Amino acid sequence: MLNPKQADKIASAILYAIAGFVILILAALLGYILYQGVPHLSWHFLTAPATAFTAGGGIGIQLFNSLYLLVITMLISFPIALGAGIYLNEYANKKSRATALIRTAIEILSSLPSVVVGLFGFLLFVVQFKLGFSILSGAISLTFFNLPLLTRSVEESLRTIPDLQREAGAALGLSRWETVGHIILPAALPSIVTGVVLSAGRVFGEAAALIYTAGQSAPALDFTDWNPFNVSSPLNIMRPAETLAVHIWKVNSEGIMPDAAAVSAGSSAVLIIAVLLFNFFARYLSGVLFKRLTATK
Amino acid sequence: MAEEQHLIFDEEQPERYVYDMDETKHEVALSTKDLQVFYGDKLALQDADLKFERYKITSLIGASGSGKSTFLRSLNRMNDSVATVKGNIMYRGLDINSQDIDVYEMRKHIGMVFQRPNPFAKSISDNITFALKQHGMRDKQQLDEIVETSLRQAALWDEVKDDLGKSALSLSGGQQQRLVIARAIAMNPDILLMDEPSSALDPISSAKIEDTLMQLKEKYTIIIVTHNMQQAARISDYTAFFNSGKLVEYDLTRKIFTRPKVQLTIDYVNGNFG
Amino acid sequence: MDNIRESLLKQSAATRKDRFGRYISLAALLLIVVVVLSIFWFVASKGLATFFANKVNLWDFLTGTKWAPGQKDANGHPFVGAAPMIVGSFLVTLISALIATPFAIGTAVFMTEISPKRGAKILGPVTELLVGIPSVVYGFIGLSVIVPVMRHLFGGSGFGILAGAMVLFVMILPTVTSMTVDTLKSVPRHYRESSLALGATRWQMIYKVILRAATPGILTAVVFGMARAFGEALAVQMVVGNAALMPQNLTSPAATLTSVLTQGIGNTVMGSLENNALWSLALILLLMSLVFNSVIRAIAKKGAM
Repeated sequence: MLNPKQADKIASAILYAIAGFVILILAALLGYILYQGVPHLSWHFLTAPATAFTAGGGIGIQLFNSLYLLVITMLISFPIALGAGIYLNEYANKKSRATALIRTAIEILSSLPSVVVGLFGFLLFVVQFKLGFSILSGAISLTFFNLPLLTRSVEESLRTIPDLQREAGAALGLSRWETVGHIILPAALPSIVTGVVLSAGRVFGEAAALIYTAGQSAPALDFTDWNPFNVSSPLNIMRPAETLAVHIWKVNSEGIMPDAAAVSAGSSAVLIIAVLLFNFFARYLSGVLFKRLTATK
Repeated sequence: MAEEQHLIFDEEQPERYVYDMDETKHEVALSTKDLQVFYGDKLALQDADLKFERYKITSLIGASGSGKSTFLRSLNRMNDSVATVKGNIMYRGLDINSQDIDVYEMRKHIGMVFQRPNPFAKSISDNITFALKQHGMRDKQQLDEIVETSLRQAALWDEVKDDLGKSALSLSGGQQQRLVIARAIAMNPDILLMDEPSSALDPISSAKIEDTLMQLKEKYTIIIVTHNMQQAARISDYTAFFNSGKLVEYDLTRKIFTRPKVQLTIDYVNGNFG
Repeated sequence: MDNIRESLLKQSAATRKDRFGRYISLAALLLIVVVVLSIFWFVASKGLATFFANKVNLWDFLTGTKWAPGQKDANGHPFVGAAPMIVGSFLVTLISALIATPFAIGTAVFMTEISPKRGAKILGPVTELLVGIPSVVYGFIGLSVIVPVMRHLFGGSGFGILAGAMVLFVMILPTVTSMTVDTLKSVPRHYRESSLALGATRWQMIYKVILRAATPGILTAVVFGMARAFGEALAVQMVVGNAALMPQNLTSPAATLTSVLTQGIGNTVMGSLENNALWSLALILLLMSLVFNSVIRAIAKKGAM
């Protein structure tokens, strides 16, 4: 039998080993992608259109599609999440069964596999509503995927604002809505913004919900045509739009692009760098907003 | 025999004493009747019929959990979302504890200041003008005037007049509390409810708040909850003592502190309580 | 005087604004509920059509081992045995969770109890970053690193359940770790102090006090990771080999519910049996996510007691 002191030493050694191993995996993971991917990054790679059968294609259109889809998704999902978060934290009767049921529904939505959400989007928007493979179908599907998390983050941000502020508004004859709109929301803004940017990172990398909604093709775009009603305009929301994440999946599963590995590595590096940027940006922005909120003018 | 009985009667103290305010001589700004407050099924307050005289300060005293804060917060219906309040609260001949009353409108006339300073994360002047603007006041000059007069009334003007654009959160606790008082009187209310407004402050700030209240009673009816009996004795005209969710004694302040009628009040005022 | 009385009895602008705000925010909330309900309605109505419209026997569907919805057996019944995919999904999920759990707990304990400083400085941000990495990136790494390694070690193509499980292991490791860290951090300080004061070694304190107290939270983290693994589509599809066969070993090509779905939906005609059978797989996914969800709730309820 080991005495407790020996057991303690052995256990510590094992824990060090496990942690070391995990650090190794994680570092290798990041290192591999960046090492493989970063050398491929060039202005040409980031801006040129993809080529299906020859090497040397870029990811310009996919990158634009990812960003544009992200913007449209946020435009749709943020107001809904904001409203839902406000209702849950400011109006809902916290003890009622109806509220508990609604919370359960949101939790279930957040735990649904994104492929199921994508298939639902495909069934309802692409097929039933005849929107086709389009940015709009994709953005709505991503909205469903994004709403639960974003709603929760809005709600939690609002919850951190002390009730004293709500009472202050109420005692001045302001309605709950006015107090929330002008006092509570501005105070909660730094953490709401963090939530939005972090969820943007998630949306940016999502692929499974998109392959059957925004589609897997990236038709050529005319970057001089900014009329959203023209077919080849980048702003057209009814066009199919393969995103960067979908592109990685597609070139790998089709296996016809000669430099698929290189393109995937480059795209993966871009995705990871984007997630990194989203993280930094979220921290930076919330810091700036917080400072402005408490600043002495 | 008869004399003995009389003696016993004389010594027997009442369980409750409520000063009978003569409404022909004193103008009543606010009164309550048959008020009951429930948290869920639990009855937290009952038997608290009170009349508050206009332009006077009335203190509500009692131990923690005696129901005094519950009572105060019921007066402008701040408890609506957490408790059930039954009974009548009469203001200008209207029962303001009724569904027909617009709560937000009512709170413009019955303002409230809380225990802990709660300025908005806005500039000093915006703290005062924000609600006024929401209520539709647009005139810049008029707003500026209100900022100045209310800050003067709250005895804060001299300290902040040069940086009205500064964030209210940069003020000290005592200044913040006076700003909050200025914010409340900027609404030009009839009645000010104050829930231990100086208990979170240091003695100097606390004394400033007391001075401010003495000035304010010329224009406002003030009802104040306080833990501090010296404070109640110093500033108020009337005092109501609460215990276990009931009103025990209500009288002129000097009577409460010199010759209280109920044994519980005697014990509390003498500090032999609990 | 009378003005005030009147204004008290009239509906103020504030009240109107408040009603507006209440309704509009309630509408946003209800919209989410409608979305959830319609997802269930649509997937269920499509997925159940296999059994009601195409008269496939539910038991045959769950236990049948041949998946070829286009073909029919001697009795004219189509081959819609979903067992290979169901088994595949459960295998990748269980194996990945089995590997990930000790690593996640070990790392989390290291980060919170052994070396909080380094934990907070390096491991914390790195795990948080990895939680946010898109799953296709994990799939790509699986394809370019894990599959060749598998091929080298076990021969064959390298594609298979094990490759899928390894990809999922790496993918859920950051999630499970960071959730476990949160749980360990929430164990009250005085638990630690009082057990150390009683003369316990650090390991005794960790093993007997901290991990016991954190068990519900750790279980939640693991189940959460399993739910993610079970529902992950593309990363698995890229490395599992995509052969809808009953897995004979862990290193031969296989399939999961999600991999068959992602591949098949675009290649079948809406309303056909082939298509409906795929929706039935989606329905299984949906129901499984409900199961994971209720397990997490059950743990939370028990932990709260």
